[in-house]
Amino acid sequence: MDIKKIREDFPILNRKIRGKTLVYLDNAATTQKPRQVIEALVDFYQNHNANIHRGVHTLSDEATSMVEESRIKTAAFINAPKPETVIFTRNATEAINLVAHSWARKFLKAGDEIVLTEMEHHSNLVPWQMLAAEKQVVLRHIPMTPEGTLDLEAGRKLITAKTKLVSFTAASNALGTLIPVEKIISLAKVAGAKTLVDASQWAPHRALDVVKWDCDFLAFSAHKMLGPTGVGVLYGKEALLEDMDPFLGGGDMISRVQLDRFTPNVLPFKFEAGTPNIADEAAFGQALDYLSAIGLDAIAAHEAALTKKAIETLSALPGVTIYGPKDISQRGGVVSFNVDGLHPHDVGTALDLEGVAVRAGHHCCQPLMNKLKTPGTARASFYIYNTFEEVEALGKALDKAIAFFMKKPAAVR
Amino acid sequence: MAEGDQELQDLYREVLLDYFRSGSHKGTLEAPDFRAHGINPVCGDEIELTMRKGEGGKISEVRFSGHGCVISQASSAMMAEALEGRSVSKARELVASFKDMMLSKSPLESLPDELEALKSLEGVRKFPMRVKCATLAWNTLSQGLSAGEGKKSEFQEAE
Ligand SMILES: Cc1ncc(COP(=O)(O)O)c(C=O)c1O
Repeated sequence: MDIKKIREDFPILNRKIRGKTLVYLDNAATTQKPRQVIEALVDFYQNHNANIHRGVHTLSDEATSMVEESRIKTAAFINAPKPETVIFTRNATEAINLVAHSWARKFLKAGDEIVLTEMEHHSNLVPWQMLAAEKQVVLRHIPMTPEGTLDLEAGRKLITAKTKLVSFTAASNALGTLIPVEKIISLAKVAGAKTLVDASQWAPHRALDVVKWDCDFLAFSAHKMLGPTGVGVLYGKEALLEDMDPFLGGGDMISRVQLDRFTPNVLPFKFEAGTPNIADEAAFGQALDYLSAIGLDAIAAHEAALTKKAIETLSALPGVTIYGPKDISQRGGVVSFNVDGLHPHDVGTALDLEGVAVRAGHHCCQPLMNKLKTPGTARASFYIYNTFEEVEALGKALDKAIAFFMKKPAAVR
Repeated sequence: MAEGDQELQDLYREVLLDYFRSGSHKGTLEAPDFRAHGINPVCGDEIELTMRKGEGGKISEVRFSGHGCVISQASSAMMAEALEGRSVSKARELVASFKDMMLSKSPLESLPDELEALKSLEGVRKFPMRVKCATLAWNTLSQGLSAGEGKKSEFQEAE
């Protein structure tokens, strides 16, 4: 992996933040985009712009093929058996809501149980809370151990014959913990439950195979993997998708409409009502090509090396607590931390003044933060273009912040 | 001095850090005349304000509890200090002046003398993401005053 060459593809990395070179370490929130993706967006609007599936003219044909090309690439990226099992949504959140609305709402009844984990992003928690309120479905949560891993023993007991769905993140966005996806899926299968894997923090960073996992549904967002914002992916097993109700109603999702009724379209269009995010979906294909050319294994190895160095660097500083598994093989490229006596927001602002962008706050995981007994953390998260020098810059900036805030109090007024 | 240091000191003035570290006005009053709860959903910060009135209906004691950053904690402490001994109508005026200053609707110099210490929050105006940290306590207070005595009020910052 030639990081120097990779960095040349990301124009934003030359940006100065308050006079300092940008050190972008907020990749778990969204990643930067290579010029290949940016140029694909410009190319689409300059040369191919048209609506899709509804014209016989050349531009419409081209635009349609570009979107369908991205769908084929997405299917290949996750090893989905057919492109039709890949549905484009706005983001991972919408993909999860689609399953809640079109599958769970149709098939679940009062007293049925959905098993989640204590580590879920709000987007894999709130849709189920909404459903639970509507359908009297019961939610259960696999607990997190103090170290920030899942308590699988407890999970084994929670997943029972009453469980109809196990919906869980493959990797924690707040702590970086990698979840033993296949173990959980096999527990669910034994119980006869369906599975939804939130792969938002997995798909960008390590190889993924929906056939090997044998999950029923899988969701992720393009913007966390070099792609544009406004594109999400839902993969589902074909038979399940066929049985589900449509999601939104409108154009494109129908095959025939009369005044009093409609016949839904075939997969995947049944779930893609209205004009989709054509340009961004087309450009997402470039992001997938870019990642595949580097190779997911190389990406995972690079992030592991950065994470190891970050943990060493940060834990050498006074008063720093690092959350999540100690065992580096159990975590992805996320390092969540706090400094004794300092609020993560102040840490985040102090780092920003040095050009270092990290996320500070609850990371859309308030229940997990409650469990850690902290209102929030500061979080550095890495991607393909990050360097060891940037990890050092993070360390230096944090050291400076600690020195600034922790200097002896002046006489209290 | 490097530029970053200068900016850090410009944002986090010594006065702010002093108030933050002092723990002044932290706590909860027993049997308060006002109680108001505020939350900033962006960061999850929370504040609980309790107030007691004394002679002539003037605010006699203000305490705040909850967790928050240097800016929100210092702003809360300075607010509590500035309000004690004021009438409710004066308190309302002070809230309005402070918010106008923080939202850059009025110049720093427009802050009344009672809010002298609050001038140390001037640097926060350059960080739009942090302005709500400074105003949370004030908005919570203002909601509490409007709800009236003996009522419990809830305030939530817009995202
Ligand atoms: C684990 C996880 N799930 C879901 C999401 C939601 O992604 P989006 O906001 O793109 O829908 C995120 C993003 O923050 C995430 O980290």
